[in-house]
Amino acid sequence: MTGWSQALGAHPGAAAGAAETVSGNRGLQIEEKLLFEQDSPGHCGVDLPEPAGLAPRLGGTERKGPIGLPGLSEPQIVRHFTRLSQKNYAIDSGIYPLGSCTMKHNPRLNEKLARLPGFADLHPLQPPATVAGALELVDTLAHWLKTLTGMPAMALSPAAGAHGELCGMMTIRAALTARGDPRRRILVPESAHGTNPATAATCGYAIDNIPNNARGRVDLAALKAELGGDVAALMLTNPNTCGLFEDEILDIAAAVHSAGAFFYCDGANFNAIVGRVRPGDLGIDALHLNLHKTFSTPHGGGGPGSGPVALAAELAPFAPLPWLVHDHGGLRLVEHRDGEAAQSIGRLKGFHGQIGMFVRALAYMMSHGADGLKQAAEDAVLNANYLRVRLEGALSLSYPGPCMHEVLFDDRFLKDTGATTLDFAKALIDEGFHPMTMYFPLIVHGALLIEPTESESKASLDQFADTVLALAARARGGDATSFHAAPRLAPRRRLDETTAARKPVLRWRPEPAQREAAE
Amino acid sequence: MRYLPLTARDRGDMLAAIGVPSIDALFADVPAAARRDGLVDLPRAMGELEVERRIAAMAAKNTAAGSVPFFLGGGAYRHHVPAAVDHLIQRGEFLTSYTPYQPEVAQGTLQALFEFQTQVALLTGMEVANASLYDGATACAEAVAMARRVTRRDRAILSGGLHPHYREVCQTYGGFAGTGPVLMPPVPGGGEDLARLIDRDTACVVVQNPDFFGGLHDYSALADSCHAAGALLVVIVAEVVSLGLVKPPGEMGADIVAAEGQSFGNALNFGGPHLGLFATRDRYVRQMPGRLAGQTADADGRRGWVLTLSTREQHIRREKATSNICTNSGLCALAFTIHLALLGEAGLTRLARLNHEAAIKTADRLAAVPGVTVLTGSFFNEFTVQLPRAAGPVVDKLAARGVLAGIPLSRLYPGEAGLADLLLVAATETVTDDDIDRLAAGLTEGLR
Amino acid sequence: MSLLRFTKDHEWIRQEGDTAVIGITDYAQEQLGDVVYVELPELGRQVERGGEAAVVESAKAASEVYAPVAGEVVAVNDAIAADPATVNTDPMGNGWFIKLRLAEPAQLDGLMDEAAYRKFIAELK
Repeated sequence: MTGWSQALGAHPGAAAGAAETVSGNRGLQIEEKLLFEQDSPGHCGVDLPEPAGLAPRLGGTERKGPIGLPGLSEPQIVRHFTRLSQKNYAIDSGIYPLGSCTMKHNPRLNEKLARLPGFADLHPLQPPATVAGALELVDTLAHWLKTLTGMPAMALSPAAGAHGELCGMMTIRAALTARGDPRRRILVPESAHGTNPATAATCGYAIDNIPNNARGRVDLAALKAELGGDVAALMLTNPNTCGLFEDEILDIAAAVHSAGAFFYCDGANFNAIVGRVRPGDLGIDALHLNLHKTFSTPHGGGGPGSGPVALAAELAPFAPLPWLVHDHGGLRLVEHRDGEAAQSIGRLKGFHGQIGMFVRALAYMMSHGADGLKQAAEDAVLNANYLRVRLEGALSLSYPGPCMHEVLFDDRFLKDTGATTLDFAKALIDEGFHPMTMYFPLIVHGALLIEPTESESKASLDQFADTVLALAARARGGDATSFHAAPRLAPRRRLDETTAARKPVLRWRPEPAQREAAE
Repeated sequence: MRYLPLTARDRGDMLAAIGVPSIDALFADVPAAARRDGLVDLPRAMGELEVERRIAAMAAKNTAAGSVPFFLGGGAYRHHVPAAVDHLIQRGEFLTSYTPYQPEVAQGTLQALFEFQTQVALLTGMEVANASLYDGATACAEAVAMARRVTRRDRAILSGGLHPHYREVCQTYGGFAGTGPVLMPPVPGGGEDLARLIDRDTACVVVQNPDFFGGLHDYSALADSCHAAGALLVVIVAEVVSLGLVKPPGEMGADIVAAEGQSFGNALNFGGPHLGLFATRDRYVRQMPGRLAGQTADADGRRGWVLTLSTREQHIRREKATSNICTNSGLCALAFTIHLALLGEAGLTRLARLNHEAAIKTADRLAAVPGVTVLTGSFFNEFTVQLPRAAGPVVDKLAARGVLAGIPLSRLYPGEAGLADLLLVAATETVTDDDIDRLAAGLTEGLR
Repeated sequence: MSLLRFTKDHEWIRQEGDTAVIGITDYAQEQLGDVVYVELPELGRQVERGGEAAVVESAKAASEVYAPVAGEVVAVNDAIAADPATVNTDPMGNGWFIKLRLAEPAQLDGLMDEAAYRKFIAELK
């Protein structure tokens, strides 16, 4: 088996039980204090010129007291954040099989290009004549996305997937209002991401859940029973959060449309079908794409993302500002709600969108090309199915048959072992792997959702599968205690989330003695 | 394809292991009518060199801010970012990790977020800050939504000094919930009386400091008026470097501070990604949107960090969540934290002073240009000037001569004829005396 | 003589004259795990039968506490807001949530008695 133990260069058991060192050192895991606990007052990691001493013109709004920021030099800062980084798992270090999150390789070319001064050092309100290349890049990205989705319009400004959902749902509501047909309800399958109902609620809608059928897809009969004149839209993820393609999607779309409602698709799993299926051919009216999933802009420990929304022609007039339009052979930025954009829902964020992410996503798409993008989707599906067949004998597959880019197991295989899905996931950490997504989707018990992505080699998949199989055997062998104790080899063992929530400590504060001394 | 590890032989072996004849069998659930044969109509795969050539060609058509005298602000500011910042955020362990849902293997991100939250709270003078939102404009809209939850009142009053994009985002969000905000007209000269508008339906008053036109304010009296009427005061800060020199909103009595954090650690990026900051009082923490890192201990009693108070969030609370936000601006927050850590108390104070002095020098030079009047009396690093004619064409003329002179207000307020001759000018520490000379000379000539 | 009743949402309600005390059952607290936060209604609020009266949260879950019967909130248990662990340690006693002045005492008749509730949760397990 693999594991942190290799990095530690020691026997796993010995490492876990090792005596505490004076420095707190455990292999590379040196304890690192907070910045605020390393303060050398007055010190600075940036050399700046001496101010000239001009009389201030702050109109009496000067800050009176100190801010309380610590002073450190550059080497201290570099070491601090390097040490912190070493406490993180990352795609660069190994397989990151978080289902629904799509942790694929982040090419460094994309980082290099996003940092070109011609993009990174551009102000959003420079005269348009000085940003022609940036507008061309945005237009090129839109062209690729429109071609891949088979949909006629792209709203590019949303900052992340959930923001894209908001864009799509606001656009739908605006279209219904313009039609003089306000509707109050949104239908959401039970397997949906939490952002779907949260978004619908933000747009002022009531939410009704649609059950899934025994095959892990939307129950079409139940959907039809819920559809009516008060339903504004269905929000559906396809491929869905069970890793399955909604095989009745054309009937779903027809039913939704015949009820006068719109069909919103959560495109978080678009990566499974890029180049093989165009959402526009499935009857979808609005679809957000997560550039940080499908097109590999880095997740960065939680963002920034980018969530462009593909829109059907009927919704396009309501797209948020700004718009980029072709006229007189050039590109023009429309920043105000008048003229052709008179029906726009308005602005959803400051300025023009996540341009830095657009550069990365376009570089990713151009690198792959039409052929590589299709191959990437196929490899993602192949890898997930390979893991399915390697694991289904030992784990409990929730829905039989081929999956798309991710495979869903539940916790039946852990029945009577004394170990839970959580324990199993934490034991994987001791083996040197990031856990799969746990307890999502909500429709199966103790879900384990595995998404390997196309970035894993067969050897990597085999190594992961061998480890999971060995852990499953250990769980069945009655070794619940070691599962409960896991992880033992990570930078931290299990953390007390109850205390964290009961008595929240959300920032550093000086010790009382220090505070008094400072005052 | 350099990014795909599977070989043709791997693919064959794996299909055999799965027991299907071809990859098409794994896509059998796709309805026949929606299946596509062949490739979409887009270019084929390219090597690094080719991609770089094509994208660099687009970059080359733009005028980078650093290549010319540059005086734009208006919610996005060009500052010098120390080289260490970009080096550190490009470490794979930060760049290629996910949201820290597995705290045992994400302590680096979590500790950095805890440090970020502390820095934001200290800077704004507030008690608690979250782990970031998308940008200043969306943070502003989230602040309004939160004020409505806290007060159970409907209406937000938005100052005319609020960034027009922030106003528009509040309008967009607000149009789908409640009656929408009250928008005060833009007043570049200041002198707005907001207190008189507060009534029993007022959830919050939203003001900005420095305001969009550069002017500085002490909102303490307005805070008192809000509190006396049971409303909240939301203070927006679009240029956070100002907090090195200016009284923080927390000391003025703000209940919520929403800010744009781009100035620390983050490039202009043509407007995004940027970084939303959000801070409030302890008593409102459970109404806050966004993620929060919190301190706790592990099973061995060692200090560690987790994401906490998650029951506010969409993945648990679904339609009852405080916001639908999921992915935020994690890496931008890390860049902010590293830059601010490098500056420290002494560095930030000095940086703020250098910005203020650059603006004073620029304002004084422009005031000497015939026909130009500086309208903003007290400011930080940005101010509004009045030109003897429409500012838009003048800015375009200077741009053609290699000077990016500022933001003509007509770009943001096309319908306000009274603002057409106004120009918003920002000067940060990156501006040199030579840049100021070239701006003044260009303007003198451009107005001739 | 107090009357103790239960709901399918795992609340208990004990009638005391024209008022009733409401809390969550032992089964509910066990399912929820360590309670970290309780949100209680303001005094004087009128709650509908089946309406949301309070929220109880663990680190990873949140659930609404519904009023089994209609009434006016006349008392809330601030002790559980200060120390939410009480909901785990003594759900049927010191871990009570709210006290209602009953709008329609007859609404209690439709709820389960203790034996019926025991049978109900036995079927869930």
